[in-house]
Amino acid sequence: MSVLRISGLRAEIGGHEILRGVDLEVRSGEVHALMGPNGSGKSTLAHVIMGRGDYDVTGGSVTLDGQELLGLPTWQRAARGLFLAMQYPVELPGVRVGDLLQAARRATGPAAAVPDLGERITAEAARLGVRDEFLARGLNVEFSGGEKKRAETLQLAVLEPAFAILDEIDSGLDVDALADVARRIEAMTTETGLGVVAITHYARLLRELRADRVHIFAGGRVVASGGPELAAGLERSGYDGLAAELGVELPAPVAPPEPADPFAEPVGF
Amino acid sequence: MPAPDVATSGHAFTPDAAAALGGPSWLSRRRAEAAEKLAAVAWPTSREEIWRYSRVDKFDPGRYCPSVDGDGAGPARQAPGGGPFAAEAGDRAGLVVVRNGRVVHAEVEPGLAAAGVVVADLADVDPGLAAERIGACSDASPDPFTVLHDAFLAGGAFILVPDGVVVEEPIVVLHWTEGDGVAGFPHTFVGAGASAEVAVVERYASTDQEILVDAVVELDLAENAHVRYLAVQEHGTGTWQVALQRAHLGRDATLRSSAVALGGDYARLRSESLLAAEGAESDLLAVYYGDGDQMLDFRTLQDHAAPHTRSDLLFKGAVEDRARSVYSGLIRVRPDAQKVDAHQSNRNLVLSEGAGAESIPNLAIEADDVRCTHASAVGPIDDDALYYLATRGVSPDDAERLVVLGFFEDVFGRLPLPSLEAPLRRSVNEKVGHLHPSDPRSAS
Repeated sequence: MSVLRISGLRAEIGGHEILRGVDLEVRSGEVHALMGPNGSGKSTLAHVIMGRGDYDVTGGSVTLDGQELLGLPTWQRAARGLFLAMQYPVELPGVRVGDLLQAARRATGPAAAVPDLGERITAEAARLGVRDEFLARGLNVEFSGGEKKRAETLQLAVLEPAFAILDEIDSGLDVDALADVARRIEAMTTETGLGVVAITHYARLLRELRADRVHIFAGGRVVASGGPELAAGLERSGYDGLAAELGVELPAPVAPPEPADPFAEPVGF
Repeated sequence: MPAPDVATSGHAFTPDAAAALGGPSWLSRRRAEAAEKLAAVAWPTSREEIWRYSRVDKFDPGRYCPSVDGDGAGPARQAPGGGPFAAEAGDRAGLVVVRNGRVVHAEVEPGLAAAGVVVADLADVDPGLAAERIGACSDASPDPFTVLHDAFLAGGAFILVPDGVVVEEPIVVLHWTEGDGVAGFPHTFVGAGASAEVAVVERYASTDQEILVDAVVELDLAENAHVRYLAVQEHGTGTWQVALQRAHLGRDATLRSSAVALGGDYARLRSESLLAAEGAESDLLAVYYGDGDQMLDFRTLQDHAAPHTRSDLLFKGAVEDRARSVYSGLIRVRPDAQKVDAHQSNRNLVLSEGAGAESIPNLAIEADDVRCTHASAVGPIDDDALYYLATRGVSPDDAERLVVLGFFEDVFGRLPLPSLEAPLRRSVNEKVGHLHPSDPRSAS
């Protein structure tokens, strides 16, 4: 059983504070959904947890099983058990997913070595419906939105981290791809005890992932937490309505709006 | 070694030294003519456009002496340094081993020899034939270093494939240069007759001493000849290479040429293709990687002298530490060379703040019905790519190596000799990882 604990996390970019005291605790096997309006700082939270250099952390802590991660470079946070599935996976010309996974495995040390990485990749590809040609090509180069997210999920499945942050993994996906990706990740929560923080705008992903907890994120912090019924409330009333129902004040956006996702179709709201 | 007349010339490359090299009379005459020109040569400076950004200002001929008779090496002495290439080129049709510019070994499959294929020391072949062919391409594009080369040319690989003969397996040429202050003048001539086919792989290597390698490669393609050519440059850290590779392509001839340049202190390659008749096609590819204080310098020419000719060029390089690279390329389309299709692309990764790459593509189009493109890029590794890899647990050194090798992958995928893809990838991989050996346990 592992615990990812984020407490009082504050971060800024260029002197502009975006995270304003985030508290979140995720245990192995749990799925936590993070929902919030554009500009609330959800993606920033994902990158600050992973240690992206663009942000200055000004307070708080991120611990994995009690060990502080802040201060470690990104790759060492990943080597200790974090994984970030990106909203916009980066194109890597000439780098096959197998090359990447081999290098990633090398970093986590001999104990973590997979006896036959190639077989593992082939098996996961079959399970996720990733065609062979996408294994042979430069990762994400000329991949469709669905192929990119399937490839993200394949890496997640092979690397078996303790915790995965999914930054809008449902964006750019059609219904079939969403189901494939979400079901594979949901299976990991029981098979390997993967803990998940899923950033999303859409309740459909939460249903597919069987989210245990839903957090409403606004103004750079968690303003409300509850069970899946919170997502239902959102679908019914939107952020402003839900905030009124809960009696909380919805803070103003802290970050410029994220680019609109041209592929996704809102479900319910 | 005869005492060179250093006192008057300031260097050992005197007409007397050139005359002392011996060999067949046609070669002595060729040397004498060049030596005469050499006496009047003014060494170039970087103020000349074709030498801009180069290190030619630092060239000091007084630091070198011409190699004399392989510097005492007997013919039995093999040149080391074949690397994995000799072995991994797979089955081969012929082998030439060159030490300090002199051929110490040449062999060709007996069946091919019977078909008229020649793989030999140019000093040993029929004088009439050699005199006619040597210089057939390179004489059209002289510079002071080709003059120096010709003045001290004493041997080299001579490969001739007669009309209609197809050589299935590659012919391998291994060049090795050693000795402090040695100047070697390796020469390779490849003549492919009408409808002949051949693949030639050359590897250039040297010790880490101060060495000058002044090389000329001639690729002479008759009508409908098809030549694949690969040169791998892995010189030692003290080598200055100044090389010309020049190809002449006849009607419907195709050349698939590639260079992998990793070694040397200053390593310059002029790579030129003359598309002399309709239907000729030239592909020039290169991968280069410089680190430390290296400079890798490429000047290319795609010279379309006939209509309905096609050329493509893709040069990709990376520089690290304080290394520099230069790419200066020209597509020339001569008047009346209509319906030409010509492309050049040069892309560079700059991996350190102290490193730098120059990229200067040029077009000189004198016909009006042509399709020509050029592209050029110099930039750092994409930070987003490194971050993406880091979020999967890839260490920074491994991430950089993955991105750099991936950057070269489209060239590797087009190498004219697929059997050498694996060893070349390994060579580049070693070079990329050289300064930052990754420690698998550094994660803890």
